[in-house]
Amino acid sequence: MAIRARRSFSIKTQPGFTTIAMACFFLLYLPIATLVVYAFNSGESVAVWQGFSLRWFQSAWQNSLVQEAAWRSFLVAGFAAALATICATMAAIATTRTVNYPGLTFKYAFINQPLMVPEIVTAVALLIFFSRIKVWTGYTGIGYLVLAHTAFCIPFAYLPIRARLENMDLTLERAAADLYAPPWQAFRRVTLPLLTPGIIAGFMLAFVISLDDVVITEFVKSPGQETLPTYMLGQLRRVVTPEINAISAAFLALSLLLVTAFFFLNRKKS
Amino acid sequence: MATADEIAEHARLADIRQRWWLSAPALIIIFFAAIGPLAIVLLYSFMVKGDYGDVKYWQFSLDAWTNVLLERDIFDETLSIADAHLVILWRSVWLSFLTTVATLLLGFPTAFFISTRSEHRRDLWLFLITIPFWTNILIRTFAMQEVVRNEGIVNSVLMALGVINSPVQIMFTDWAVLFGMIYVYLPLMVLPIYASMEKLDFRMVEAGYDLYATRLGVLRRIIIPLVKPGIIAGSILVFIPALGAYVIPRVLGGGKSMMLGNLIELQFGQGRNWPLGAALSITLMVIVTIALLAYVRNAMRSGASHGH
Repeated sequence: MAIRARRSFSIKTQPGFTTIAMACFFLLYLPIATLVVYAFNSGESVAVWQGFSLRWFQSAWQNSLVQEAAWRSFLVAGFAAALATICATMAAIATTRTVNYPGLTFKYAFINQPLMVPEIVTAVALLIFFSRIKVWTGYTGIGYLVLAHTAFCIPFAYLPIRARLENMDLTLERAAADLYAPPWQAFRRVTLPLLTPGIIAGFMLAFVISLDDVVITEFVKSPGQETLPTYMLGQLRRVVTPEINAISAAFLALSLLLVTAFFFLNRKKS
Repeated sequence: MATADEIAEHARLADIRQRWWLSAPALIIIFFAAIGPLAIVLLYSFMVKGDYGDVKYWQFSLDAWTNVLLERDIFDETLSIADAHLVILWRSVWLSFLTTVATLLLGFPTAFFISTRSEHRRDLWLFLITIPFWTNILIRTFAMQEVVRNEGIVNSVLMALGVINSPVQIMFTDWAVLFGMIYVYLPLMVLPIYASMEKLDFRMVEAGYDLYATRLGVLRRIIIPLVKPGIIAGSILVFIPALGAYVIPRVLGGGKSMMLGNLIELQFGQGRNWPLGAALSITLMVIVTIALLAYVRNAMRSGASHGH
């Protein structure tokens, strides 16, 4: 019986898999690419190409509603991410590099809880809770948004900080203590500098998550407190012009920048 | 006199106390702005609805819970099955299930492809999966709308090719919602499967081929069982957010293809039936919790059978 020699039999392939994978990448990028391309359309349409122009970027840039919403988005994301990162750093220090102690599992579950509940449910819960508080206190400011965002950003900020801490042993801190550094000084001079990449990564993750949020913001915001995503959601119900594409494209560019930075920050570590 | 043991014990307790103080801010914020309010939702689901939204305080009733599945006739007060709610509930579960299956069929080969690239190429492919994942969900949904609209890419291409003469209505149907969810949640399937696949020992695959297994045999008997934890994790990561989807069905499905998330929102908006909205929210949470528990049980069992 003749044995047919197979040429270049690769164990790392499966029939059709590469095709499906390529199709996936194509399908993932086709809609986004179209969206970005039409942001540069000179016509009013988001479907018919009428030539290249930057007019929609210009009109979005000069739209005072967009400016205001963008500014509010950054304000909320900045404050929420900062608060979440501080809380998450403290919590991460409290929950790593120790033997199991009573309440440790509870803390893990509690901190990760916002990830387990559907966003719409949290949104509704906060709507009920905050609408009551708004009546009681009369305060309807941006604080509610910051608080709500901080809560769901904490688990995201916690993730990279905890991962970083778990890779650090206590040797250097012990050495500092041996050299009579008070705990605070040891923390500031030893732990904090070593932890910084994790903290930056956590902050960026929290910032992006906050910036992207639609559902919780939509339910928590007081009238007139649009953020960029809720503004866009409102616009989608009307006649869509390429201005939305332009805003999306700019938003996309920003996310891309942050994610790329995050990606390299995390890669350098390993 | 304190013995060494007592001093050590004292230090241990002080350490634990300090650790509680350190985690307090995070726990308090999550309690007030995430977990605590859920208890209020539960409470609200048992109250009488207010005339203009909100509830009548401390007037309890089971109406909201009855209304989840049944509706009271406004004339003769008889109860019948609430078809509209059941349709939406069923659509939520069914579309989420289809999304999970579709993303699995697409995501598994993609994860396999990435994990079989050379070491430094892998990062690049992975990065390409991560970018859409970090792109705002609204932007991705909007991008999908551009594809499935009557004047969108799909219809333009089909018409240009002469396959159809007039645009096929995809927007505001279950199909649009399904496409949107597959598109948005695909990275959530690829990433955990990849994480499992990356650890796959290809010597096992080689051994399979040496023993005359076919490609399908190797896939079915070696690769899939070994990356099963990733498959289950991916499925749960897709299924759960899909169940609670709000933005995608709102933009792509409109009023015609609502999901549970939109039904809930409706009760707090035009519906002015907060208790019903609360009861529906709890229903959604219960379904999600059941799915999560099933996952945890499954993960523990497969973890035990693999001996790690």
